Amino acid sequence: MTVSELSEKCSFEIISMPNPSRQVKGCYIGDLLSWVMGRAKENEAWITIMSNINTVAVASLADVSVVILSENVKISDEIKNAAVEKGINIVSSSLPSYETAIEISGLV
Amino acid sequence: MSDTFPESNIYSDDQKITFVYDVDGDDFTSAGQASVKVKKNLRRLGIDPEIIRRVSIAMYEGEINMVIHAHGGKATVTVDEEKITIELDDHGPGIKDVSLAMQEGYSTAPDSVRSLGFGAGMGLPNMKRYTDEMKIDTKVGVGTKITMKVYLN
Repeated sequence: MTVSELSEKCSFEIISMPNPSRQVKGCYIGDLLSWVMGRAKENEAWITIMSNINTVAVASLADVSVVILSENVKISDEIKNAAVEKGINIVSSSLPSYETAIEISGLV
Repeated sequence: MSDTFPESNIYSDDQKITFVYDVDGDDFTSAGQASVKVKKNLRRLGIDPEIIRRVSIAMYEGEINMVIHAHGGKATVTVDEEKITIELDDHGPGIKDVSLAMQEGYSTAPDSVRSLGFGAGMGLPNMKRYTDEMKIDTKVGVGTKITMKVYLN
């Protein structure tokens, strides 16, 4: 399933979507960035509450297909612009990480 | 050449190409820029994506370490026919106990860094995990040089 289809199905709010057709294969949840880089796999959806500029760098380096910010975590315009520039998809979910993962489970 | 590989100092000959970056130690939020640039440059060289992923993650961890602990430093990435070599040089405080620093979960990072999502004690272990060889030369009060190698085949 693509990032764009997944976002529509789960009613995620789109924050940055420069690569809507990227495929999502699996999911990783984590807020400690080094832990995420060590464990998340390419093309996974990464669910986190961490929304600083390093989130964009980690998403880029770990090659995840989308960052899903849970619990309606806010993000600054500066970070949003950096995400667009670096080709990083970011969406926002109103649910906590666990419920967000349940929501996308079976779809990816 | 500088049009193809922007924002880094490049040195090349028949056998190898070298990228050199200054890692700014004062701006924590810009940490990772060198790694993202390396990733782009390696992509342009047609390197295997999984190898690029390993190299850029290992380098990012090193970059973050230099920003947290050493007020920045220098990162040099050399690509030759058989491998990619990453050298990270800093004039920071050095590592007192390397074997302790290599343990997952051990960290001396301050709380301010933890609130940004780092300081989990995974930096050096990740660098080892993602590279084929890693060597740490460190002297307390003088600095640290880390050399990592990832083989292309």
